[in-house]
Amino acid sequence: MPEESLHDDKAKFLEEKANEIRQDLISMLVEAKSGHSAGPLGMADIFTAMYFHVLNHDPKNPDWPERDRLVLSNGHICPIHYVTLAHAGYFPKEELTTLRKFGARLQGHPHRGSLPGIETTSGPLGSGTSQAAGMALAARMDKKTVRIYCLTSDAEHQAGNTWEGVMFAGKNKLHNLTSIIDRNNIQINGMTEDVMPLEPLKAKYEAFNWHVLEVDGHNFRQIVDAVNEAKAIYEKPTCIIAHTIPGKGVSFMEFDYKWHGIPPKPEEAERALVELRTLGGRIKSEHE
Amino acid sequence: MLNPKVKLVPNVLDSQKVEHKPIRDGYGDGLLLAGEANPNVVALCADLSESTRTQPFQKKFPERYVELGVAEQNLATVASGMAAMGKIPYISSYAMFSPGRNWEQIRTTIAYNGQHVVIAGAHAGISVGPDGATHQAVEDLAIMRVMPTLTVMAPCDAIEAKKATLAALSLSGPVYIRFAREKTAVVTTEATPFQVGRAEMFREGSDVAIIACGPLVYNALVAAEELSTEGIEVTIINSHTVKPLDVEMVVQAAKACGAVVTVEEHQINGGLGSAVCETLAEQHPVPVERIGVRDRFGESGDPNELVEHFGMGAQSIKEAVRRALGRKSPR
Repeated sequence: MPEESLHDDKAKFLEEKANEIRQDLISMLVEAKSGHSAGPLGMADIFTAMYFHVLNHDPKNPDWPERDRLVLSNGHICPIHYVTLAHAGYFPKEELTTLRKFGARLQGHPHRGSLPGIETTSGPLGSGTSQAAGMALAARMDKKTVRIYCLTSDAEHQAGNTWEGVMFAGKNKLHNLTSIIDRNNIQINGMTEDVMPLEPLKAKYEAFNWHVLEVDGHNFRQIVDAVNEAKAIYEKPTCIIAHTIPGKGVSFMEFDYKWHGIPPKPEEAERALVELRTLGGRIKSEHE
Repeated sequence: MLNPKVKLVPNVLDSQKVEHKPIRDGYGDGLLLAGEANPNVVALCADLSESTRTQPFQKKFPERYVELGVAEQNLATVASGMAAMGKIPYISSYAMFSPGRNWEQIRTTIAYNGQHVVIAGAHAGISVGPDGATHQAVEDLAIMRVMPTLTVMAPCDAIEAKKATLAALSLSGPVYIRFAREKTAVVTTEATPFQVGRAEMFREGSDVAIIACGPLVYNALVAAEELSTEGIEVTIINSHTVKPLDVEMVVQAAKACGAVVTVEEHQINGGLGSAVCETLAEQHPVPVERIGVRDRFGESGDPNELVEHFGMGAQSIKEAVRRALGRKSPR
């Protein structure tokens, strides 16, 4: 299992991979004519880091019992999960064009059992943390060394079920559980802090006995370092608050909550693809 | 007459001799047996381990008991995660809270996810008594029966509840079992046949068929005995599995008797009565009278008093049988 910080070559590889994944995501959403744009683009780097560096997994053997589990709690960003899984080799990339189509394995929201690599069904928000905590507890009961990763949205922290799971994981000191929050500040009705404020989010998790880290969700070194730090914490579960830019990589989608739940039209997609190709794998943190 | 093949308790209708035991005790006994039979069985409870009878398991297998606190949505979702790792979770609370409060979590993360989780709903029915309507789950069969892939059971006494709880271990998908709070007459014995999805004929008569589940099966037996003195002979089917309904047995009983009365401690909408009506309307329409709560909430009171008040006592069952008989087509 890779523990070290990223070499320059690996960081460059991940940046290029994330760019390819973003391009396939745009093409896929145009084809599907429905689906979410902003969240999936914003999480492209984290999904790339997980499937191409962090996870101990085997795409050719998706049911391998000793694999790390990645639970996607906010199922609506599944397009980015699907594209990443295809790139990682879980299923053919050609199948990406079937998103949301009748008879497809790529359901509008992910369904466990339909597609290899999907650990749980999600869509209704707020239930992933508890499921991941249940997995982490079961793994500990069986003395398995697998790690459980849960990806959540920020807005689903408005749901009570999320906090029930957070409280449960804190009580049980589930150090094999790492939660990554997509802190992109947007939700359907506007900005999270206007709709129903979440801050101080870090302090809330700390109050529930979690170890909390904050990273730039578009900086591969920070993402990987945080995950490695989480592995070294044996007293608590770890929460990584990943500050992301919704729509990251496509200028006219960035920071605009109106892109939460809609796909680009063909001409918008063409503009988006030109922008992404021009970037050529050079998506960088805003702070670099 | 009572069907000797089902080996009911001798003198079951002798009110002085029949034993009374809470049906939920059977959950505790069955859970312990399931835990002994399979090391992957885990028990999860939301702050009600004594009253749901999870405690014996907790004492015997403390390392396999998980306490959730007052958090039924978490109860369902943590169980889903544990099942994904190969555990077989039995989750217990009051039926009003689980599946009452966590229905969507059960649907998405347990049923649609294809997880084998056993949901135990205690304190089901109006006979919860003094706690009042907030705690009297009389809608649970409906909301569980409508959910795809669920097996839904309502055992009639503590012995049958033990068998249902243990049998749930061998099923593959999600299972819901409801249990009543109050002491209930023990009607069946260890030798009474029990198979998930197969109803049993407890009594055979040709005038009207009563199809019942849960603690009111006893009331149906009492009603049948009294009707017999008037020359009315009824069949009693114990349909402990509400889903999948034993369609063959239900249709056969309707054909043999020509009229049906359903009996359950539940709303008349959505539960066993609805299941029977749906089946008979499609396959063999006959007059049906439904005994149950008639589209209203419960209230506080003594359990027996409430069962009578809400029209589910032996007297009400007898009246329903007479009405059904009056509606039968002349042969």
